[in-house]
Amino acid sequence: MSLTLLNVIIAVVIAIAFAALNAAYLVWAERRGAARIQRRPGPNINGPFGLLQPPLDGIKLMAKQLIIPGGVDKILFIAAPVLAMFPAIMSFVTIPFSDTIVAKNMDVGILMIFAFASMGGMSLLFAGWSSRNKYAMMSSIRAVSQAVAYEIPMLITTITVVMIAGSMNLMEIVHQQSSSILHWNIFPLLGNSHNLLMPFSFLIFFVCTLAETNRAPFDLGEAESELVAGFHTEYGSMGFGLFFMGEYANIVIGSCMTTILFLGGWGCPFGLFPGVWWFLLKLYILIATIIWIRWTFPRTTIYGLLNLSWKILIPLSLFNLLFTAGLIKVF
Amino acid sequence: MNPPMSLIEAPSLFSVDGLVGVVFLIMMAITVTGGIIACNSERLVRAVAGLIVCFVGVAGVYYFLNSPFVAMMQMLIYVGAVAVTISFAIMLAAPEEKMKIGTSSPLVGPFGFGTAALITGGLSVLAVRTEWPVMTKINDGSVKNIGIQLLTNFSMVFELISIVLLIAIIGALIIARAGRDS
Repeated sequence: MSLTLLNVIIAVVIAIAFAALNAAYLVWAERRGAARIQRRPGPNINGPFGLLQPPLDGIKLMAKQLIIPGGVDKILFIAAPVLAMFPAIMSFVTIPFSDTIVAKNMDVGILMIFAFASMGGMSLLFAGWSSRNKYAMMSSIRAVSQAVAYEIPMLITTITVVMIAGSMNLMEIVHQQSSSILHWNIFPLLGNSHNLLMPFSFLIFFVCTLAETNRAPFDLGEAESELVAGFHTEYGSMGFGLFFMGEYANIVIGSCMTTILFLGGWGCPFGLFPGVWWFLLKLYILIATIIWIRWTFPRTTIYGLLNLSWKILIPLSLFNLLFTAGLIKVF
Repeated sequence: MNPPMSLIEAPSLFSVDGLVGVVFLIMMAITVTGGIIACNSERLVRAVAGLIVCFVGVAGVYYFLNSPFVAMMQMLIYVGAVAVTISFAIMLAAPEEKMKIGTSSPLVGPFGFGTAALITGGLSVLAVRTEWPVMTKINDGSVKNIGIQLLTNFSMVFELISIVLLIAIIGALIIARAGRDS
């Protein structure tokens, strides 16, 4: 009993630490990456390569006064940043990093991650509404309509993968792709899919990940030039910090899901050095791509964003679903 | 009729059964608190927040009752979809805030309380007096079994639910189109 309790506590601490450390250092990676793309040095003063910047930023944020403006809805104003961070940490519970590194291997792992991811939209909504600021309000409406629009193609694409795998257990999905690099779900010819459209599924899923985590070119919720700063206009100190940590933790979860569903999880190409580092390598390559995309493409408009989802991605993903179902029936 | 044994001998708090009971009570407290917030708050968005708390509590009860699939679907559908839709409706309708809705007729206060007390009391007596048969576990409650059952034994129900949803969507479209010319 006590050993189980100890295990649970250790797992919880590791999940929170992983989420928080990733969030902190992805901010650093983002700023360094942005600087490199824009041909300037970026944060390089504090520590080697500026590696001490995230803890110092954290200390600064925590030391600042938590200002609650007059006229806001206090309870929801305080609850919103917590709601932004908590689902992200919960999702780490069921993500398998390797054969042995998983906090709880659930049969409904995919469902659990999407269930908690869907709570993120509510946090943005409450943040915008409780701030009593029209820019924050507009931003949260945009962010939620975006989240609702992109959840649909994302879920349909996930269903396609689940149909091929025949399981919603993330471990099981990875094991099915473990034979060789050509058995990864993204590659259509070998493996258990035989589905020519799998690379497109991957693309749809990746675009939806970008949109669901409010990343450029889809960061309409934080369009600084139109909305001051977006839904977190009224937030300062650690409230603001939690929103940003939540955003980066969501990016990590989105990339973890992409890795597990399409890139074979911790499976190693050609049997080289099997281990958890393959998972981390794929994960951070995806995250680097996301950062790269942010600083390379300009922001779209809100109509362009919604049209892309409702008129292009949803029909395409539905067609993909039907095509895959047909292939499964035939073979 | 004698009440069942468990009502006479309450398990010790620090035994496994006792802790399980505490977890169950926490879930119940979350659900009831959420329900009370949803009914009594003057600001509609806060009511939605209460509703979400209530949904999460119910999901916890499902998880507690060993059906994680239903719990996750509860979170995904009710928190992720229904609550967001309600919030959209509130924002589009932009209701006047802090406005007392409805008149306080004599039926609202004491009568309402009396009815609620009667129903609660009746259900409690019924729950305690009934001899609950111990159900055998049909299957392990896994996703696979639920899927097989839904598409074989209960396929009729499954199809009927989709028809209900279709009618709801068509109805919503008709209501939305009603006031428009083109």
